[in-house]
Amino acid sequence: MATQMAEPAVSATQDTAPDSVVVRFAGDSGDGMQLTGGQFTLSTALAGNDLATFPDFPAEIRAPQGTLFGVSAFQINFGSREISTAGDAPDVLVAMNPAALKVNVGALKPGGLIIADSGEFTKRNLEKAKYDTNPLEDGSLAQWNVLAFDISALTIEAVKPFGLGNKDALRCKNMWTLGLALWMFDRDRQPLIDWLNTKFKTKPDIAAANIAALNAGHAYGETAELSGPLKKLHIDPVPAAPGLYRTITGAESVSLGLVAGAQLAGLEMFFGGYPITPASSILHYLVRLKEFGVTTFQAEDEIAAICAAIGASYAGSLGVTSSSGPGIALKTEAMGLAIMTELPLVIVNSQRGGPSTGLPTKTEQSDLYQAVYGRNGDAPMPVIAARSPSDAFDCAIEACRIAVEYMTPVMLLTDGYIANAAEPWKVPDPETFEPFKVKFLEEKNAGDTLLPYKRDEKGARPWIKPGTPGLMHRIGGIEKKVDTGNIDYSPENHQAMTDARKAKIDNIAVPDQQVTLGEASGALAVVGWGSTYGPIRRAVDNARKKGLAVSHIHVRHIHPLPANLGDLLRRFDHVLMPEMNTGQFKTVIRDQLLVDAVSLTKTSGQPFQIAELDAAIAKFFDGIADNEGGDVPANRQQLPTPESGHDDGSLKAGGDAQ
Amino acid sequence: MNEMTRIETTLKDWETDQEVRWCPGCGDYAILKAVQRTLPQLGADPKNTVFVSGIGCSSRFPYYMETYGFHTIHGRAPAFATGIKLANPALDVWLVTGDGDGLSIGGNHMMHVLRRNVNMQIMLFNNEIYGLTKGQYSPTSRIGTKSPSTPIGSVDRPANPCAFALGVGARFVARGFDVSKNLPDVLKAAHAHQGAAFIEIFQNCIVYNKDVFNDFAAPKGAEDRQLWLADGEPMLFAGGTKGIALDRDLLELKVVDVTDGDWQSAGVLVHNVKNRSIAHMLVELPFGPFPMALGVIYDDPRPTFEEAVADERARASEGKVPSLAKLLAKGQTWTVAEKARAGEGHPA
Repeated sequence: MATQMAEPAVSATQDTAPDSVVVRFAGDSGDGMQLTGGQFTLSTALAGNDLATFPDFPAEIRAPQGTLFGVSAFQINFGSREISTAGDAPDVLVAMNPAALKVNVGALKPGGLIIADSGEFTKRNLEKAKYDTNPLEDGSLAQWNVLAFDISALTIEAVKPFGLGNKDALRCKNMWTLGLALWMFDRDRQPLIDWLNTKFKTKPDIAAANIAALNAGHAYGETAELSGPLKKLHIDPVPAAPGLYRTITGAESVSLGLVAGAQLAGLEMFFGGYPITPASSILHYLVRLKEFGVTTFQAEDEIAAICAAIGASYAGSLGVTSSSGPGIALKTEAMGLAIMTELPLVIVNSQRGGPSTGLPTKTEQSDLYQAVYGRNGDAPMPVIAARSPSDAFDCAIEACRIAVEYMTPVMLLTDGYIANAAEPWKVPDPETFEPFKVKFLEEKNAGDTLLPYKRDEKGARPWIKPGTPGLMHRIGGIEKKVDTGNIDYSPENHQAMTDARKAKIDNIAVPDQQVTLGEASGALAVVGWGSTYGPIRRAVDNARKKGLAVSHIHVRHIHPLPANLGDLLRRFDHVLMPEMNTGQFKTVIRDQLLVDAVSLTKTSGQPFQIAELDAAIAKFFDGIADNEGGDVPANRQQLPTPESGHDDGSLKAGGDAQ
Repeated sequence: MNEMTRIETTLKDWETDQEVRWCPGCGDYAILKAVQRTLPQLGADPKNTVFVSGIGCSSRFPYYMETYGFHTIHGRAPAFATGIKLANPALDVWLVTGDGDGLSIGGNHMMHVLRRNVNMQIMLFNNEIYGLTKGQYSPTSRIGTKSPSTPIGSVDRPANPCAFALGVGARFVARGFDVSKNLPDVLKAAHAHQGAAFIEIFQNCIVYNKDVFNDFAAPKGAEDRQLWLADGEPMLFAGGTKGIALDRDLLELKVVDVTDGDWQSAGVLVHNVKNRSIAHMLVELPFGPFPMALGVIYDDPRPTFEEAVADERARASEGKVPSLAKLLAKGQTWTVAEKARAGEGHPA
């Protein structure tokens, strides 16, 4: 079992502070766990710890209260060293009800700490969670430290002076819990108090009640006669490069990168979108940035969203669309038109588990084939993949650059994990960005003649804005004649245009592949792409500390690949490729580079755990032939895996899970 | 259309050097000529004019117009055109589609471009057949249409394009047919309308659905079978001997005889292009008992989508100086000082 290889649990009772701690907040969907986690994240960032988070919530908007499939969880890993994943097994589990305990307790490290709201462990709630007896009393939690107290009652007591009804009072439970957590990790409450005052500006009573709950939770830790496991821990700040920092999620970072990209290109941005989990947050973010020359359009469907974006590119804006797997499938035909008409376009794919509706709120990397190969005809398109929330910013700028410099659609791959997760980000200075200002064609480019498909040294055709005098021309999806762009079905012309489209993409200038960690040759290269960056880096680091000749190579440019990648990989005895799919990038690598790469696959909707990668790397050094690669089975001890429910991911009411 | 400076052009200025590749005798030729004849009269500017089309015979139209042109994918032209108008509202956009492109595969987008009221002229060439794919029945084919995919006759009920357009909220609905001398006037009215202007143009597919509209479009006896509507004019046909009146008990239209030109006492309705209820009745008139209602059936403008989007953007941007540096540094931030440990900074 992977977790057996995990580091020993950090006991909250130890006197010396650990260098990292994993905390998971779990409760009912209505308990405000994502908000609690988000605010805890902010306070962690403000304390100067490095961190990574993993929000995990059900596909239903309002699953029945207290049920196993209604459990929502938020995990944060933070520490005084560099943090690259949301952590394997939690050290601390905050369980707001029996269902939250049941779904999550298996993941807790032996010796870890459970904080439970005993007030919620009623007969009714125990039944809903399918407990025959109360786990807080029947000894079944013996391998962990349990701190159970009636958070519900304590919260009601704390907010009494504000005259709230029971229901409203109980809504402050999450703030009470957060207060306790802030005490436990020696955090400043003031930023949260400021935040609550701003959030409830128009409802000062609610703000005051929440603050009272927060303070009460904190005071409980400070003064209550807590013996045993609960003890204050101070995690030292990480030494970080000087500068201004903020926390950022992938959705924010993609949006900001797109805005920056459009500005560097000197263009207005047009974003066409259609609501889909987990991509909608990009639309929500961009719609607030109108003053940056951003027009957003919520279209009638995925197809209209991309078509409108292509129309906007045709008219001289930077067209952008975003979606997730099923929506990307719908956009496919339009991508072919953008390839044929050679118009710039950025397509962001926040991947989720598939096929079909699949796992709307879970993460996967299974759209790589769709991105690289998934169109009719020979339809080459550049593909780049972000490795983390903050990296998505640079990737979005890179996607914009390639799109306008090469007159092509570009696909940017992120995933549900990157979109939702948050990490600290050193705010970059826009002055340091390299502009790539677009020059539209202003006059005929071949003497008295206009040649809309005359190519430049990069193989790109000119971008011609409708409204420009004397440059009227027609484009479309039918094969076009070399240079003139007129309709031409002739055999030699189609051959020439197919070759030209392919050459243009093949020759895109991609930076040489660097080794992310380790030497440029050795026994084993672990090659990853996308959001597996964090766990792979950590696992390779672990292996190297054991003296193993392992290197980490993380690929951003999926298509075309960096020109030196083949040579680089051939300097290793073995190549291991962990992917959250059945081995898609491995197939591309084997095909294009003739490298004998081996897959490590995981398709349970969960990110890789470091321990799983530790184990996979170890196999290459165990002296047993053919004991490499394989797949990682679904791991019930990892993030919450509901035991029933959301069979189709369908919506209950007006939310954003579809 | 848009507010614009009048440009002097002739029909020749709107013709491309491309060989027109419709079947000889196709109704599309007549529509092409009508458009090329109308644009100079409108004072339109080729450089600001964009023809956008989907897929099908009609959708080859942009290649033959000396303007900017975008021949897109099947059914999606309204979405492309919406993006074009939002990116540059100054462009004068004409959308060319057919009964299959616009009402079958693209029915969804047609609905939304009309209800959003994006400012453009939408010409739907209705030939009641799939021409380019060799003659299958279409969503406007009449019941019993024999075709390669319905050898013993189609059984599904046809869509009525103008009724569809009105139903989804169109603010301009008109009808014409390919060889009609009145088509340019219909196009001019559509161009003058601010907003999505929907024009159904009956078009004769001489190969797969020859003369299917002859019952009302044939020159002989046309007077009795065509009701040409004009705002403020009585709804008369058959040389003024018949008219359309409202049966006030049944709340439906009826044909009445007009004697000695006294249409008033016959109760003939005066066409009011802003009357939405009567417009619904006119587009639904069953041909046979009634003549075919043609011309501008409904024309009552509302603010356009692209204006609303631009206004909203202007309002949201008012007083804001866009600074990328400030945007990136937004939210709760902290500073790590030189040679200091993190965490010593303060929330900004």
